[in-house]
Amino acid sequence: MASLVSHPDEVKVVTRRFGQGATNIDRYLELDGYKAVQKALGMEPDAIINEVKNSGLRGRGGAGFSTGMKWSFVPKQSAKPKYVLCNGDESEPGTCKDRLIFEHDPHAVIEGVMIAALAVGAASGYIYIRGEYRYLSVIMQKAIRDAYAKGFAGKNIFGSGRDLDIFWHGGAGAYEVGEESALMESLEGKRGIPRIRPPFPAVVGLWGGPTVINNAETLASVPHIMLGGAEWYAKIGPPKNGGTRLFCLSGNVAKPGVYELPMGYSLKKMIYEVGGGIPGGRKLKAVVPGGSSTPCLTADEIDINMDFDSVAKAGSMLGSGGVVVIDDAQCMVKFALRTMKFYQHESCGWCIPCREGTDWLKKTLMRFHAGGGVKKDIDNMQYLSENMLGRTFCPLGDAAAMPTIAFVKKFRNEFEDHLEGRPCPFEKAGAAEEMAALAH
Amino acid sequence: MVPHYPTKRSALVPTLLYAQDEVGFLSDEVIAELAGRLDLTELEVRNVISYYSMLTTKPRGKFNVQVCTNISCLVRGGEEILQHCAKKLGVGHKGTTPDGLFSLEEVECIGACSWAPAAQVNYDFHENLTTEKMDKVLDECRMKA
Ligand SMILES: Cc1cc2nc3c(=O)[nH]c(=O)nc-3n(C[C@H](O)[C@H](O)[C@H](O)COP(=O)(O)O)c2cc1C
Ligand code: SF4
Ligand code: FES
Repeated sequence: MASLVSHPDEVKVVTRRFGQGATNIDRYLELDGYKAVQKALGMEPDAIINEVKNSGLRGRGGAGFSTGMKWSFVPKQSAKPKYVLCNGDESEPGTCKDRLIFEHDPHAVIEGVMIAALAVGAASGYIYIRGEYRYLSVIMQKAIRDAYAKGFAGKNIFGSGRDLDIFWHGGAGAYEVGEESALMESLEGKRGIPRIRPPFPAVVGLWGGPTVINNAETLASVPHIMLGGAEWYAKIGPPKNGGTRLFCLSGNVAKPGVYELPMGYSLKKMIYEVGGGIPGGRKLKAVVPGGSSTPCLTADEIDINMDFDSVAKAGSMLGSGGVVVIDDAQCMVKFALRTMKFYQHESCGWCIPCREGTDWLKKTLMRFHAGGGVKKDIDNMQYLSENMLGRTFCPLGDAAAMPTIAFVKKFRNEFEDHLEGRPCPFEKAGAAEEMAALAH
Repeated sequence: MVPHYPTKRSALVPTLLYAQDEVGFLSDEVIAELAGRLDLTELEVRNVISYYSMLTTKPRGKFNVQVCTNISCLVRGGEEILQHCAKKLGVGHKGTTPDGLFSLEEVECIGACSWAPAAQVNYDFHENLTTEKMDKVLDECRMKA
């Protein structure tokens, strides 16, 4: 079980029930549980959608799309059943927040799925949890059973005359399956190869029916919006960036942990005050602000607010909320290599720019880090990454290219330090050989 | 599980994982059995198995030690933990000890980034690892064996 942290600057919305035994349904009820869905049952679908739109809630899975807007794309009439799909594949390196939500407040996810279903007129919702999170699947399965036992899910929910089924589904290890169309393929029992769009999932999704796909944190935020009101939620953050965000602070900080801070919180304060700064007398070198796919920021670029629009203006992305802090003892070439090794491993291989591009970049970075780099490689890496951008079937290609471009551009000096057979200036003697022996 | 889905095939991935947890790996018999139950060809089942990193058609050790070396773990010594395990167990990535007790794997992010470096032994998370802590984890496995 992952340990919890806290800081006075936190605004506890999604984490409000953490550590309070809310996995128990009776305790959840004491903590205002299942009130939001009952409120939603008394509302017109459009009124629910408007409330979520006005709250400024944007997708916590990475792209930051307006949740209310996404729901409004689902056609009112549909010959095929409609679905809600909760994305709990959480595999973006640096991200470990959905795990805490499932662990501490599984009913909030169920309630969020139910409210989304009422808003779009779906009669079933699926909660997809990555395979490695087996203990969370156990927690979720029990939560669903308990909700059925109380008559909150299944037939005639809360005596309303409406039927709403909630199911759990488990993955078996694959980052690409977190991509929404690959997620549906996976749930349909196939390899996680993305689908061509359009049609978008809101129109043709799971088993051909209109489908709303949202991240677990997004959905867990919805009940709080229904109870607290759109206005209250919107005001927690800056305009168009409503609410809070679970920031997963990791890497070289004194107090890593998952902190729920208002959207738009200062990155500098997050690192130095909330996170307690860089330990061991080290200095900050760089930050990856929103999971491994997001371009890094240098120590000089951290005076920014952590909301979707401000981070985009700074040339990166708020992404999945994974804030990875890197100190001056780390080698950026190595960091770039490890990042690319991940994307090469996770590329589903469907399209050539991603499959070949990630492989070529990984091999170049490996050779480079081992001292076999030539000057031309640096520009080539840049050129290749830039040419992957926007030319792949799904956004994984961009996710691999974007951080690489930033590493090469912002830390060119470190790449140059590796030239002409020079050993990595950051590596302990012998360490590289040991890792090479383990390489795959 | 099948009634949860409009198509039988949807149960495939979670069922494969459950079967693997029971048998230890996805043997030819398991594959044939599941293909039959879900109205799929064995090839279709194998195609799915090869996609997912947790699924395997080869036996692993009783304790599958999965060490994360992805970015958050990397900057906090994840590679040292992996090397330490490799030395201690005498096997490399995806290797299994001759007694069949341990297998080792370098894995991608397991969602324990804020508690890095981290590893999973089968489904159990071990976080904020040091080499000493890792030794203890491995020793406890040996005692359980
Ligand atoms: C390669 C890749 C992996 C992704 N992984 C996840 C994931 O693990 N969890 C998640 O919620 N979204 C993930 N996404 C984003 C989803 O495609 C989708 O945008 C999201 O689930 C929508 O929910 P939201 O609007 O609530 O953010 C991923 C996207 C890509 C391209
Ligand atoms: S970009 Fe990569 S992951 Fe996405 S479809 Fe192409 S090969 Fe697959
Ligand atoms: S990077 Fe190691 S657990 Fe996320």
